[in-house]
Amino acid sequence: MVLELQSVSRMVEGRVHIHPTSLTLQNGTMNVLLGPTLSGKTSLMRLMAGLDAPTTGRILWHGEDVTGRRVQDRGVAMVYQQFINYPGLSVYENIASPLRILGRPKDEVDRKVRETAEMLHLTPMLARKPLELSGGQQQRCALARALVKGAGLVLLDEPLANLDYKLREELRVEIPRIFEASGAIFVYATTEPEEALLLGGNTATLWEGRVTQFGPTPRVYRQPVDATTARVFSDPPMNFTSALKQGARLAFGQDVTAPAEGNFAVADGAYMAGFRANHLSLHRPATSALDLRCKVIVTEITGAQSFVHVSHGEDRWIALVEGVQVLEPGQEVSLWLEPRHIYLFDAEGRLAAPASYAEAA
Amino acid sequence: MKSRSSAIVMVLYLLFLMIPIYWLVNMSLKTNAEITGTFSLFPNNLTFRNYQVILTDPSWYMGYVNSIIYVVMNTVISITVALPAAYAFSRYSFIGDKHLFFWLLSNRMAPPAVFALPFFQLYSSIGLFDTHIAVALAHCLFNVPLAVWILEGFMRGVPKEIDETAYIDGYSFPRFFVKIFMPLIASGIGVAAFFCFMFSWVELLLSRTLTSVNAKPIAATMTRTVSASGMDWGVLAAAGVLTILPGALVIWFVRNYIAKGFALGRV
Repeated sequence: MVLELQSVSRMVEGRVHIHPTSLTLQNGTMNVLLGPTLSGKTSLMRLMAGLDAPTTGRILWHGEDVTGRRVQDRGVAMVYQQFINYPGLSVYENIASPLRILGRPKDEVDRKVRETAEMLHLTPMLARKPLELSGGQQQRCALARALVKGAGLVLLDEPLANLDYKLREELRVEIPRIFEASGAIFVYATTEPEEALLLGGNTATLWEGRVTQFGPTPRVYRQPVDATTARVFSDPPMNFTSALKQGARLAFGQDVTAPAEGNFAVADGAYMAGFRANHLSLHRPATSALDLRCKVIVTEITGAQSFVHVSHGEDRWIALVEGVQVLEPGQEVSLWLEPRHIYLFDAEGRLAAPASYAEAA
Repeated sequence: MKSRSSAIVMVLYLLFLMIPIYWLVNMSLKTNAEITGTFSLFPNNLTFRNYQVILTDPSWYMGYVNSIIYVVMNTVISITVALPAAYAFSRYSFIGDKHLFFWLLSNRMAPPAVFALPFFQLYSSIGLFDTHIAVALAHCLFNVPLAVWILEGFMRGVPKEIDETAYIDGYSFPRFFVKIFMPLIASGIGVAAFFCFMFSWVELLLSRTLTSVNAKPIAATMTRTVSASGMDWGVLAAAGVLTILPGALVIWFVRNYIAKGFALGRV
């Protein structure tokens, strides 16, 4: 089973929601759509589900064109960010409803409902109404309804975004397990890079209605094809500074130079250097590390880690460092960065040289 | 002390509201001689003759039957037509939808007298004069817009994602609408039906203009009670009491939603 989008696009009232996009989702894969709000995750998902018709392009399912087919006949399932259940029906009837529509025999409906409820820990709540449940249970009920009919394509649109931290952790662990049991194509939209990494599988990064990169999640994370992907797939966002390669030296930031060897052996010219917040360190990690003189703007302390917002000349960076760091605003600090953690992007934002640590992995 | 004085004010106000209704009930249980001859707070000679007249004389009770027939017809037609219209207004955007929606409400503001003449002439010429359906259709003029407004407000409260989830689950539109959607807005349907019922029930001008004998409503019957022997006050009062009853009964069922209905479904 394969879902194939062939240069699918969508325009609404003259505005482009989705630029022509081609994607192939293989059977039994977990696919994460990662992008900030309004990047087109939901729009793309609605096209996959058949809730919206694409302006151009075709959608193939098993090689069969389903572009114009009604959503009822698509055999898809979808879970929304809001907890959507039928308020008038009990949890049992909610889960049973897709099967009843299909006209399955009573005992089969009963067996499947109980199986699915068991998997999602809903068995004690079957007789209750959805609105009498907690948020996490309501969302599990919606998940159960999506899974019970054994749809080949299961779309999850930020299913955990409206849940509190604890429940989110809990369901986040369960979703890969549920996915493996189902054998369907899962598409999971999220704004959080961390969630994409936890779920694994493949990731498509979205930015302003465009899929910037699609591939196995670790590879997209380690080897972003352009600066936009790197920015999207990085939390806090990737730090950037301008860089200049001249002869044997690579100069970047404010008077920082590194020998232009290894990955930095690129053509002479202007580049953008990018590095992740967690690769900046307050202690010198290795002799080759570069010393970046920065001024502290503000420090956010979360407990195990501290986010240090700094300025380096014109650039604003965020450093994610271990432990509680008490740094006064305006204070000068040295942040250390190993050259192997630096990505170089060319003037158009395409990756010119991957960070060498990422290639090794 | 303060609560007692406010309670007194409240009781006085309620008494003030209840006086006309009490007086109506009081009159309906008296004889004509007592009504016209003396002033009494209670019926001196308690009699149910007035009610007996209404319930046995076809020219009286057929008035109720006629009224109920066209009111029910009107309510059914109004709700049936307004449900899909309200759904369209709440779910889709189309050219001029906002103007059309407002225009619907402005229909409610036109005085029925304006429409009495065209309706009378139109229905006479196509043979609908003095039929129940004539009055029911005429009342749709102001009841359909009202029902659309009330239902739209209730429907807007149901997230669109429920519709989509139902389609994804495999529900066809009619099945979704009847099985999932209508139960969700059941209270809205109840309120809209109540308002249609009440406005059709109390409307006098159109119903009297469009009927003569066969479909004559009770309100019209009540205005034609001057007979050769003078006014029959007692029977008239009894008819008034019986006219209030259906509304009071129906209002009981929608008492919890009535405020939302008056706000046209908008909270």
